[in-house]
Amino acid sequence: MAEIITLFEAIAALVRDGDSVAMEGFTHLIPYAAGHEVIRQGRKNLRLVRMTPDVIYDQLIGAGCAQKLTFSWGGNPGVGSLHRLRDAVERAWPAPLEIQEHGHGDLANAYVAGAANLPFAVLRAYAGSDLPKHNDKIKFIQCPFTGETLAAVPAINPDVAIIHAQKADRKGNVLLWGIVGVQKEAVLASKKSIVTVEEIVDDLKAWPNACILPAWTLSAVCCVPGGAFPSYAHGYYERDNRFYQAWDAISRERGTFQNWMKKHILDTEDFPAFRRALAESSAASVQP
Amino acid sequence: MNDAQPAYTTNEIMTVAAARLLKNGAVCFVGIGLPSTAANLARLTHAPDIVLIYESGPIGAKPPVLPLSIGDGNLAETADTVVSTPEIFRYWLQGGRVDVGFLGAAQIDRFANINTTVIGDYKKPATRLPGAGGAPEIASCAREVVLVLKQSARAFVKQLDFVTSVGYLDGGDARQRLGLPGKGPVAVVTDLCVMAPDPLSKELTVMELHPGVTREQVAKATAWEIQFAGILQETPIPTNTELETLRDLERRTKLAHGNLVGAG
Repeated sequence: MAEIITLFEAIAALVRDGDSVAMEGFTHLIPYAAGHEVIRQGRKNLRLVRMTPDVIYDQLIGAGCAQKLTFSWGGNPGVGSLHRLRDAVERAWPAPLEIQEHGHGDLANAYVAGAANLPFAVLRAYAGSDLPKHNDKIKFIQCPFTGETLAAVPAINPDVAIIHAQKADRKGNVLLWGIVGVQKEAVLASKKSIVTVEEIVDDLKAWPNACILPAWTLSAVCCVPGGAFPSYAHGYYERDNRFYQAWDAISRERGTFQNWMKKHILDTEDFPAFRRALAESSAASVQP
Repeated sequence: MNDAQPAYTTNEIMTVAAARLLKNGAVCFVGIGLPSTAANLARLTHAPDIVLIYESGPIGAKPPVLPLSIGDGNLAETADTVVSTPEIFRYWLQGGRVDVGFLGAAQIDRFANINTTVIGDYKKPATRLPGAGGAPEIASCAREVVLVLKQSARAFVKQLDFVTSVGYLDGGDARQRLGLPGKGPVAVVTDLCVMAPDPLSKELTVMELHPGVTREQVAKATAWEIQFAGILQETPIPTNTELETLRDLERRTKLAHGNLVGAG
């Protein structure tokens, strides 16, 4: 049953060193505030999972929180490379990063299998691709009915799923809409889950088939308005494209990255303090 | 570039030539960047009923400006429906509902296999690229694939460093023998020319040169010995409507996103 607690309490109680952690959100509703709190609390050796590791995972990897990354596309959308991810993969800085690489359809199916409590997912993919040569978790099986060769990948069952959503009610039932990505599957596939929300309301006023995660499927719900910034929350605020562009320069060199992280994340108390620090930097035209 | 300024840029004719390949009413699974620009240009010109699917979940998206990311809010707001990511890949792509997969790439070989994973050795990469995304499944399952990328000898290579998504493997009937549901790439559009696979060998063959482009230029920008069709066509120049629509779209996009343009 979801406990409605602070984000500090949720990360402290539910995310442990060495855990496999999936933070999901397909460009939309990316749980930045929760990712920052993981960095602030100094978690180490995390085995991170995410279909589209972007800036939040660049921050976690550069901050030395990750030991492994399972993913299907790693980039800064609309801008280019993730410099911290590349530095970790190409030069083992700040630590070697093991990677387990899939395609989108594959990882999405693996979450579905995890949510359905099946051992593996089956899909039509990878024939002729080099990915199975470098990822021993991708195998081929024969359909017992038609004989067709299909790809099989193990289910993903993370220790903790972390997502951001628009609303929860006072019991902790969560509603999300817009581009819903793979968040429902990630939560249902995971042993524990944390959902940050824009607001907590008396009544969700949702249609019966809206995307709702019932309170009893969640471990913690935390009210963190703006918690998906600089990504967006449909109906609340838009994506801050300028930040994504600025991140390219901030993250390109180790020194500028470390200074930025110290000033805006490590030396700030919480997400509202991060937003204030960032606003001050923007106003001073140092970095947005 | 010659003394006389052309009325359009090489990027513009590439985008226009790619857009023209999309038929009105086609269901098109769109990658971000160049493919998304060309697909939206098609939608705003000759193909108003084209159905644009983005892998983040929007089906029938009609974005007023180009999305910067594959999951921008304007895709969801203008879509006929928005489904979950697993559903997009399971019911819509694998389910056989996509006519054209529209992709870019970092590297391509003579049989239109593509690399978006790594330059150099996988374990010790010289350059780590973003990775597969949805491309392996799109390349397998879309009825046809159209590729669009700028041409250079670094991109059009003899040997891929990594085969992320398959075209025709080592040519001939190799793809057919794998039993993939989609028939594979039908065109590769670059800033110099338009290529198509030879019907038998499946080797990419230049079918059209963009106006003013020479065979030598294309050969120099290709690391393998590129073949040319017996009867080589010239790409029809962009019409005023196409150019005005594309420029207007890019102007609106720039206004909406600041200085960022929908680069992938």
